[in-house]
Amino acid sequence: MPPLLEARNIRKVYHGGGQLFGGEVSETVACNDFSLSIDADNPTFTTIAGESGSGKTTIARMLLGVLDPSGGEVLYQGQDVRDLKKDGQQRFRQDVQAIFQDPFEVYNPFYKIDHILTTPIYKFGLAASKTEAYEKIQEALRTVGLRPEETLGRYPHQLSGGQRQRITIARALLLKPKLIIADEPVSMVDASLRATILAGLHTLYKDFGISFIYITHDLTTAYQVSENIIILFHGAVAEAGSTEKVIKDPQHPYTRELIQSIPVPVPGSGWIEEDIEEKEVEDPDAEVHTSGCPYALRCPAAMDKCQVPPPFFRTEGERAVSCFLYEESPVLQGNDLHEVFRERDR
Amino acid sequence: MSANGGNKETLLDIRGMEVHFETRRGIARAVNEVDLTLYKGERFGLVGESGSGKTTLILALLRMIKTPGFIAAGSATLDDGTDLLKLNREEIRRVRLKRVAMVPQGAMNSLNPVMRIGDQLMLTIREHAEDGEIPDKHTQLKQVEELFYRVGLKPAVARLYPHELSGGMKQRACIAQAISLNPQLILADEPTSALDVVVQRQIMQTLRKLQNELDATVLLVGHDMGLMAQFAERVGIMYGGKLVEVGPVENIFHNPQHPYTQLLISSIPNFEIKGEFRGIPGVGLSLLDPPTGCLFHPRCPKAIDRCKSVEPQLKEVAADQLVSCLLHEEDQHAPAS
Repeated sequence: MPPLLEARNIRKVYHGGGQLFGGEVSETVACNDFSLSIDADNPTFTTIAGESGSGKTTIARMLLGVLDPSGGEVLYQGQDVRDLKKDGQQRFRQDVQAIFQDPFEVYNPFYKIDHILTTPIYKFGLAASKTEAYEKIQEALRTVGLRPEETLGRYPHQLSGGQRQRITIARALLLKPKLIIADEPVSMVDASLRATILAGLHTLYKDFGISFIYITHDLTTAYQVSENIIILFHGAVAEAGSTEKVIKDPQHPYTRELIQSIPVPVPGSGWIEEDIEEKEVEDPDAEVHTSGCPYALRCPAAMDKCQVPPPFFRTEGERAVSCFLYEESPVLQGNDLHEVFRERDR
Repeated sequence: MSANGGNKETLLDIRGMEVHFETRRGIARAVNEVDLTLYKGERFGLVGESGSGKTTLILALLRMIKTPGFIAAGSATLDDGTDLLKLNREEIRRVRLKRVAMVPQGAMNSLNPVMRIGDQLMLTIREHAEDGEIPDKHTQLKQVEELFYRVGLKPAVARLYPHELSGGMKQRACIAQAISLNPQLILADEPTSALDVVVQRQIMQTLRKLQNELDATVLLVGHDMGLMAQFAERVGIMYGGKLVEVGPVENIFHNPQHPYTQLLISSIPNFEIKGEFRGIPGVGLSLLDPPTGCLFHPRCPKAIDRCKSVEPQLKEVAADQLVSCLLHEEDQHAPAS
């Protein structure tokens, strides 16, 4: 049986700028050769983490089928999402749900909350009667920790950001999806509510067996919820593996820098005093346009061979690192990170 | 780690500050009877959820509150007796940058997109110089170069436009502008919230270094508790426009006294705990329809009956630690933990 969703060597190149004024056409590689598969029978919680511009949202949009890859393919149950026929589309749209970053932008302010919840029920024919539809809605709202009597019949502006985000989760839940792709679902929510929402997502994964792809720049929340993590840097995967290993003992020089940069909530631990080696990058564009390892320009351990893109070295069963520092380790065949993640489940 | 040692000199004394917003549904008290003293040369962190009034407070200090908001009461007195809240337009213009400067949140929206960075800084220097003391162009250029050096920008950046700069460089340019006239008080409103963590650390280190050089006071506003723990020496916690706790950073993190601070601290995610989520129960309050008594009582796990009717006041519970909670008023002799 083919996996639920599979990205095979997907690539996205954005062309931009220049032409109008006769300049050169520039190419930005937002995602370079990314492969991942999600098994429906074996739910996983995977984080795709990266800074702004690392291509994490581009990957999410390609996985959701709303953005066409420039190369490679996204397969839903073995079929390219671009070639899905009507009923295939329908199933894909039901099985793979999205939760977006901004709970203020996804609502039409003129409709009551009920509308966003009843629409999927009618579109997908999930309920035979109005009563059944309302029962389903109430159940979904309760699952995400909202009281139906306090939410239904209201307009989006009458609800807080946290409530709105939970409603988008409830909406996704109504469709009984197999995979939810959540793009920065808590970055616009206050810290005190973040925990509640993340706990909600975690419950859906644990109790309902829904797989998650959690896209974020925040490694602390990633550590809390996810089992697997993929660290992106300028469109390329730097390191991937079990969250525990990658965060507690990062191997790629970029992951190391990233984790050291997080201000830990312990006063006086030296984060502000400690001298950091600032390797200045003369031209930030060079990192985007390089044909080798994109981190090489800043990397304290850069070598000559970093001019070509490093393959994944499987430094241990549950981890692959794209860095020549680990070239003694075996190369990960086929680039499929799923192999590495599956190791953890064994 | 108390940098002030024993001899703390007051730089700014805020008393009974009230900022109100007039809406059709009534008056929202965005800043509600805030008393706060900032000392010379200290790094103070002001923390709160969105809507807690932390940004409004610093905007009020620079008199940048726009209608329908207005400063309803209170004073904010600098060490020379100047009350920031009473100055007229011209007087406050002279205070800005010279005595009190601000590093904005979104550096991308704070620079003029059609003016070179260097020109913007020179304009600042000219605009805020005393009449008759405007330096000539060459001196201005020298000053700009010097400023760039201090914030870690190359001189060549002066000739660039804002869109040619990365987010971190833009924030550095804004910091250069803020320190251009050696202010004693720098108000920094989430200066790194739009930046990546690697850049955030560089910018915060730069700010820290400059604060040291200028011996200025920095009031850092934000909600990233990790950043506060690392940058601030004292921390104040706001809830619903009120200051609920103030104390040295170690006490706030290791021995918080207000139930809200306690929940806030325990809800910080870290790399020690996995798969456990601790939030603060309930929803934030509505400023238009605030609860009676203590503003936090509907969400407070430790609330007692009196919390519904009696408004707590800030009281000192330990050395330099002030808490506004009836639990501490009831029993002054309770052990500190």
